[in-house]
Amino acid sequence: MTRPRVAFFSFGSCEGCQLQVLSVEDVLPDLLAAVEIVNFREAVDDRRDDYDIAFVEGSLVKPEDVAELQKIRAHAQILVAIGACACLGGVNAIRNRRPVTELARDVYEGRQDGVFAALPDASPLSSVVQVNYEIRGCPIDRFEFLEAVRSLLAGTVPYTPPYAVCVECTLRGTPCLLERGVPCLGSVARAGCNAPCPAYGAPCEACRGCHDTPNFEALGEAFFRHGLTRSQAGEKLQLFNNYREVRDAWEKAVPSSSAT
Amino acid sequence: MGESRAVVVRHVTRIEGHGNIVVDLEGTEIKRCDLEIVESPRFFEVLLKDRPYDEAPRISCRICGICSVGHATASVAAVEAALGIVPGPKLRRLRRLNMAGEWLQSHILHVCFLVAPDAFGAASIVPLVGSHPDVVKRALRLKRLANDICCTVSGRHVMPISYHAGWMGYWPGPVELRALEEQLVGAAEDLDALVGLFAGFTWPAVERRTELLAALEEGGAYPMMGGPLHSSLGGVTAPEAYRDVLHEYLVDHSASKHVRGTEGTVRVGALARYALAHERLHPRAKEAAARLKLRPDSANPFDYVAAQLVESVQAHQEALDQVAALLADPAPEEPVRPSRPHGGRGVGMVEVPRGTLVHDYVIGADGRIASANCIIPTSQNLASIEGDMRAFLPSLVSKPSAEVAHALEMLVRAYDPCVSCSVH
Repeated sequence: MTRPRVAFFSFGSCEGCQLQVLSVEDVLPDLLAAVEIVNFREAVDDRRDDYDIAFVEGSLVKPEDVAELQKIRAHAQILVAIGACACLGGVNAIRNRRPVTELARDVYEGRQDGVFAALPDASPLSSVVQVNYEIRGCPIDRFEFLEAVRSLLAGTVPYTPPYAVCVECTLRGTPCLLERGVPCLGSVARAGCNAPCPAYGAPCEACRGCHDTPNFEALGEAFFRHGLTRSQAGEKLQLFNNYREVRDAWEKAVPSSSAT
Repeated sequence: MGESRAVVVRHVTRIEGHGNIVVDLEGTEIKRCDLEIVESPRFFEVLLKDRPYDEAPRISCRICGICSVGHATASVAAVEAALGIVPGPKLRRLRRLNMAGEWLQSHILHVCFLVAPDAFGAASIVPLVGSHPDVVKRALRLKRLANDICCTVSGRHVMPISYHAGWMGYWPGPVELRALEEQLVGAAEDLDALVGLFAGFTWPAVERRTELLAALEEGGAYPMMGGPLHSSLGGVTAPEAYRDVLHEYLVDHSASKHVRGTEGTVRVGALARYALAHERLHPRAKEAAARLKLRPDSANPFDYVAAQLVESVQAHQEALDQVAALLADPAPEEPVRPSRPHGGRGVGMVEVPRGTLVHDYVIGADGRIASANCIIPTSQNLASIEGDMRAFLPSLVSKPSAEVAHALEMLVRAYDPCVSCSVH
């Protein structure tokens, strides 16, 4: 059997998800034996366009990103979005609430030409091309990445848990942060990360997006009950989920007029 | 007048982020010599605006996967300075341990994964898995150790979780610390072998003197957690006054700002720290420097690699020392409350693997960030990289374009630029 040819690409991102791929130290030699890497700028000189699987990190933020991603889509049989930026827009999309002119004014003395140009919205890959699979998280979990590769090699669909991060906190015995008045989004956030944030003293910020049946209404109520404001939940959701779907669903369930 | 030719490398490989080398030659005359930075602007300084200050370390660490512990450290230091929080000695130890983990991670990644292939004439570490399995296994073990240090302290290396102003959200217990200690003790041999390997490599000689900068700690520790900014030209500047020394400006070909120092270009990072603070190194690190024949007055940017190896030994020793001290007194420290809860301006200036990192915030009375400015080590080095390319070119102009391109790529790589960071 020929080894599948794999490529890695990145758009607007920190390249931390690619670093997570390199952080599977113990099995990296096995991984390199199972696939042929034909394009991985961060670590490898070779650059070929005959790949079967493209792993793409980052969100679309520059005008030329759109055509570049379409080219990757045309070459790849399977396109996998990796990380919050590629799947959801991620932190990049926090800026979507402000006009580009304001960003340019604050950072680049008002310049928007050449290397300083930016799209009006930072957006996930799925806003432009068909994405076959998503590996979520900021950063992606390295073991979930390995599992996904294993599934792709076996010709099966990579698994993503449909349930909430709360399930994983309960399983690992982490005391509930929301009950202690910390604005935690675990109840609406998609699991699969093994809930490291609450265990290390930070609220879940839903970097993996929402699970299949998020109840925003109940989340707003729970926040209110624990002395938080509903708008704190909305504000937290804006960290990683500021691009369309989640933002719209939240605003529909808890209209800003009702936010306290 | 000689023949015109262009040497272009689109997206230099084995560096973090997107940069192009663009050189125009007319015979032996250099018409143009740019490192184009074409990375995507993400506007982090604007992303931080209006967010609650507790989120600042978690948002700003997303500037860069490789440097995320450094950003969290500078960010939390800026918030603490603004709120009048002085962290206790054990908290500082815990954060220093994590920073040592990131230094080790970042330096090993650069030296073994990105640079070593050049020394072996390979295009990446992949062929070395077959040809030099011991080298690769050693690199992977050291990288794993660095990862484990950061996972133990902050939940993960890429995007640390536990940073808060005045406290850490997790305090590793004796069992975890002892496991780490055991791993650290075992790694000394690997580092020793790595230094031996690199002592046998030779690199091109490029000499260009320029201003060197590093934030030296008070108390004599090797520069890591920040302090006044020292210049090789003699100046010492308080962190809050960094703008007196670091002058940011825009150039047409770079989405990252460039930075001018007191007189012109500057170098920051391992080579600058080594020059300004080599007496502060642990004897083990000094011994590594001697084996690598690294001179404190080196003006050759290719010596960044040797300086990073020396600092890898230093970081390993620092981690051992911090773990031992934490084990001797493992009880968590009480959180420190703000003495200026109404906020104000705060500057966090720390030494991350690639050099001096500045986070400068104004926090409003509502507990939200009113404005933010970040100055990244790679931005400070960009003008020097271009200056060094110009200094290197005269010895290359007689060679075929492919060789010129390869040599310039190696030079850029030696600096270990972090392009995503520099644009942020």
